[in-house]
Amino acid sequence: MVAAVPEAGARPAARPSAPERRSWTGWQFVGPFMAVFALVFLAPIGYSIYLSLFRTRLIGGTSFVGADNYTEAFGDAQFWSSFGRVAAFLAVQVPIMLFLALLLALAIDSGRLYGSSFFRIAVFLPYAVPAVVATLMWGFMYGTRFGLVGNLNDAFGITLPDPLSPDLVLASIGNIVTWQFVGYNMLILYSALRTVNPALYEAAEIDGAGQLRIIRAIKLPALRGALIIATIFSIIGSFQLFNEPSILKNLAPNAITSDFTPNLYAFSLSFAGQQFNYAATIAIVMGVITMIIAYAVQLRGMRKEL
Amino acid sequence: MATTTPRLRHTPRPARRPGTRSGPLTLRATRSTSRHKRRSATLTALTAIMLIYTLLPLAWLAINATKTQQGLFNSFGLWLDGDFALFGNIADTFTYNDGIFTRWLLNTLLYVVVGAGGATLLATLAGYGLAKFDFVGKRAVFATVIGAVAVPGTALAVPTFLMFSELGLTDTPWAIIIPSLISPFGLYLMWTFATDAVPKEILESARVDGAGEFRAFFSISMPMLAPGMVTVLLFNVVATWNNYFLPLIMLKDPDWYPLTLGLNSWNAQAATVGGDVVFNLVITGSLLTIVPLIAAFLLLQRYWQSGLAAGSVKG
Repeated sequence: MVAAVPEAGARPAARPSAPERRSWTGWQFVGPFMAVFALVFLAPIGYSIYLSLFRTRLIGGTSFVGADNYTEAFGDAQFWSSFGRVAAFLAVQVPIMLFLALLLALAIDSGRLYGSSFFRIAVFLPYAVPAVVATLMWGFMYGTRFGLVGNLNDAFGITLPDPLSPDLVLASIGNIVTWQFVGYNMLILYSALRTVNPALYEAAEIDGAGQLRIIRAIKLPALRGALIIATIFSIIGSFQLFNEPSILKNLAPNAITSDFTPNLYAFSLSFAGQQFNYAATIAIVMGVITMIIAYAVQLRGMRKEL
Repeated sequence: MATTTPRLRHTPRPARRPGTRSGPLTLRATRSTSRHKRRSATLTALTAIMLIYTLLPLAWLAINATKTQQGLFNSFGLWLDGDFALFGNIADTFTYNDGIFTRWLLNTLLYVVVGAGGATLLATLAGYGLAKFDFVGKRAVFATVIGAVAVPGTALAVPTFLMFSELGLTDTPWAIIIPSLISPFGLYLMWTFATDAVPKEILESARVDGAGEFRAFFSISMPMLAPGMVTVLLFNVVATWNNYFLPLIMLKDPDWYPLTLGLNSWNAQAATVGGDVVFNLVITGSLLTIVPLIAAFLLLQRYWQSGLAAGSVKG
């Protein structure tokens, strides 16, 4: 899947018998999409870069400051601590989620489950649940007042660690995100497994290969592209982390600060502090870091494929 | 065994691509008949642990939607309270605050129908255009769209807000609908889908018969693209229905809130001094918010699963 991405542009050129002679007809189909795309993607990116080069002061108004905002961002301890938090989240939550998704996809694809199509749809269902509902639901369950944690404490006369305490809240958010997306990632991997020719499995079985051997020799290599895609999506998702902490903030006001994640930081800079220029700078820095890491993952994945 | 492995690796992978005419649904049929496996109770039990994890919170939500505000605090979370207050809660959810929940529901429907519907149409047209035509600037279109996908959506939020506020669009439905019209994932899926689903011979014969490109698209190609469109539509509906960040930034007026923002504001009430505490309505409202989407996924699963499978065949 990933390999197709960089090649995508080259694809039509590599096919000399193009379906239609080179003309402008295609634009009638692509034009409407591109017009809206320019308005809601390209223009904001350009505007963002423009904003990041200026600064508005109470006295003196708006002035061009060159790279000053960027210099400030690189030395901004608040920004880097929020960045560290999402990096830690990425390093722990993403591998756990993808590993679970991989196990599920392999189990469902193995054909050895009772009711495998029920498993497939049931595990995927949380994807249809809005982040707001998922976070409120888990947030209530985490609660000690009428949540499950409170119930367990009462029932057994114990005191479980509070999932909404400052120490644990990041892990609790990790659990919410895992719950929402494990099924979605399972489906990406599962779809890739379905593209394997079953004759390969039959040949392997005739040759006496066991299930684990089939997984290692056939299934995992077939999954490489899908795993890279899932990893890249998860990296982007982790760096963008906003909804869950922002909503959970009402239930855990002491544990989640206004600079909990880079996005939350940029959001409070703009809408509580009116520092639009600096917020745009933070967003661009995060965007560039995300693109670099996503690109590195893709390159690494492709190199291994050779 | 050592000798088998290299042979396996070098066997060219025959495309299990669906036949152009019969569509991707054939994929499942061939697979399930060709493999007879004995089922394993152990594996099923292990996988069921994961199932409990995914379904338990949904069960908690459904159970607690049957409780009064008082009952929430006095009863065990995974069991019913004495009085069954689900219908009372539903009635209260719809009437609380002069029926604002109904307004939020209608807003959400507006954003979903126009936003997700429009996004699906734009993605289908563009994906088809990319798959079936060669045109000036095609590579640039690709490079731009693929490059933009890697840009975190939230990075665009602040500048989009400032732009829209200068255009006078904030606090109007347009602020939600216009950004929802673009789905790069939808474009990618429709492009891969259209490449296989619409044979070029059919298009060529339509051209020979003198049909215009748009006529050929709507009468010939669109029916063939239907499974892909359902998939893209469903994912766009989920994205729009569940949207939180964009409305949070764009809307101040609760009259234009979608359900997600409204529910969050009810929950936030409890944290403010003197605010009305309505956790029972937050829980019931949450349940009402997810039921339509879950129903849509269950009812349409044949379509979106085959659409997704077709998208991944490409990779």
